[in-house]
Amino acid sequence: MTLLLEVEDLTIHFDMIAAADNLNVAINTGEVVGIIGPNGAGKTTFLNLVTGYLKPQKGRIMLMGKDIVGLRPHEITAMGVARSFQMPQLFLELTVLENILVALATGTGCSLHFWRPLKNKKRINEAHEILDRLGIDEMHDRLAGEISEGDRKLLDVAMAFALKPKLLFMDEPTSGVSTEDKFQVMDTLMNVLNQSEVTTVFIEHDMSVVQRYAKRVLVLSEGKVVADGHPEAILKKETQSVQGVEIKCSK
Amino acid sequence: MNRPSYLNSSVVLLALMIIPGFILPDWMRYVFTVALCKAFVVLGVVILLRAGLVSFGHALFFAAAAYSVAFSANLWGIREALVLIILGVLASLALAAIIGLLVARYREIFFAMITLAFSMAFFGMLVKAYRFTGGTDGLRIPTPAVLGFHLLPQTSSIAIYFLVLFCLVIVVYLINRFMNSPYGYILRAIKENEIRVSYMGGSVPKAVYLTFLLSGGLAGLGGSLITFNVGHIDPYLSYWTTSGEFVFVALLSGTGNVFACIGGSIFIEFIKTYAFKYTPYTWQMMLGGIMLVVILFSPGGLWALYENLVQRTKMGGKKYDATT
Repeated sequence: MTLLLEVEDLTIHFDMIAAADNLNVAINTGEVVGIIGPNGAGKTTFLNLVTGYLKPQKGRIMLMGKDIVGLRPHEITAMGVARSFQMPQLFLELTVLENILVALATGTGCSLHFWRPLKNKKRINEAHEILDRLGIDEMHDRLAGEISEGDRKLLDVAMAFALKPKLLFMDEPTSGVSTEDKFQVMDTLMNVLNQSEVTTVFIEHDMSVVQRYAKRVLVLSEGKVVADGHPEAILKKETQSVQGVEIKCSK
Repeated sequence: MNRPSYLNSSVVLLALMIIPGFILPDWMRYVFTVALCKAFVVLGVVILLRAGLVSFGHALFFAAAAYSVAFSANLWGIREALVLIILGVLASLALAAIIGLLVARYREIFFAMITLAFSMAFFGMLVKAYRFTGGTDGLRIPTPAVLGFHLLPQTSSIAIYFLVLFCLVIVVYLINRFMNSPYGYILRAIKENEIRVSYMGGSVPKAVYLTFLLSGGLAGLGGSLITFNVGHIDPYLSYWTTSGEFVFVALLSGTGNVFACIGGSIFIEFIKTYAFKYTPYTWQMMLGGIMLVVILFSPGGLWALYENLVQRTKMGGKKYDATT
């Protein structure tokens, strides 16, 4: 395992609130990391910082040995980092297939190619393959705005996955998905990601999901990592307190 | 539109466009040519609209190219139409390259207002620089030569019509390819969700800037060609009402297809001509009324109306619902 992402003393304050307070995190290749913490703990801020949406007030973010602070999201994405969103960010007026095709074209640096068509045979086959692996190929010709929330979540991740990332961040991949579908969505996602050996970091509120899919858990509170370790070690009790943070584990 | 139907439509449209060049009376051919010249600018506006950007200043590039052609013809004695077209397009591209650096950072109403401001500043400059531009009197442009052949007054309007048509065929082909390319889809993606485009590795500012350049270049091509047809230019080419007319035609046509811009431009130019003839003091009211009818009954523009009709015909007269 080699070091993929290293965050040192990452700090950002919104007015008086510390969303990241001297945050130190290291993520190695092949890891599946779950990030948990109460509302306002700085989970999404951490994600926004390492993907270039926010610029830290202090600290370093090293991606494969390169400092990426100050780089814009598209530049960081080009280095092999992709993300999905809490609220799926899709192109609702495009079909499911077109969403993936656009992601594939952009991921291969063809976003400004103006001569060859977007819909070429090779790209279409590749898009179908991705959709098929995520179990949403049968709706490829439907508009993204017409599909269910669970399928939107899958499409959102599929678009990130189409970029062939080395590191994938997923922001609450099961939020908005019904309790019955939650594990089905996660099973599908994690199968595909594990097969592709993509290093994955996901933010989740549901501890049962974290326990089942993460190999390592980071507990954030007030912008700091208050616990870091194996899920079983951290969640050995049904309810426990890690430095004042109450974690509820539903079984 | 799939490839065979696109090719069929292109051939039919081309044939329909060639015939008027020979059979129409001079005045009607003149109106037709003006409409086609404006269609280039409308195409430029439509490309920006696909990215969700409304330019209320495209008359600037239209006028800049026209004045560049006029200066080149009058000051340097250049008569060759192709050289003049290139100079006109280069002038508009240069302006778009400079202005684009600023406007590419803005969106929505700010983008519209900044483009409008530049256009009006250019209008003011053209009016005030009387010594060079002729002020509100404008400038006359001599009849050009095409590929070294000097045009005779009797046949120049036909030659200019076919020159415009030739340019339009090339541009329609190129823009159609562009709209179906990854870049064309990225523009639609930018309109819907800029953040997602960034997180897919696409540079939104770069895409918007290059689109603005392309759009300005198209407006410049229209501006260069219209000078040959009209033979006279004045600062009102860059006035805000001219920009508004381009946006008006783009919205009325619909942004779904390149042919829509041509059809919309011809439709509006003839409506305007007849409205001006029969109701010279209230022709704008008539245009406004038409716009209202289109918005109420076909919000997607005339192209959406055409698509609905085609679908209904295919479905044996049943009402077509685009949402199903």
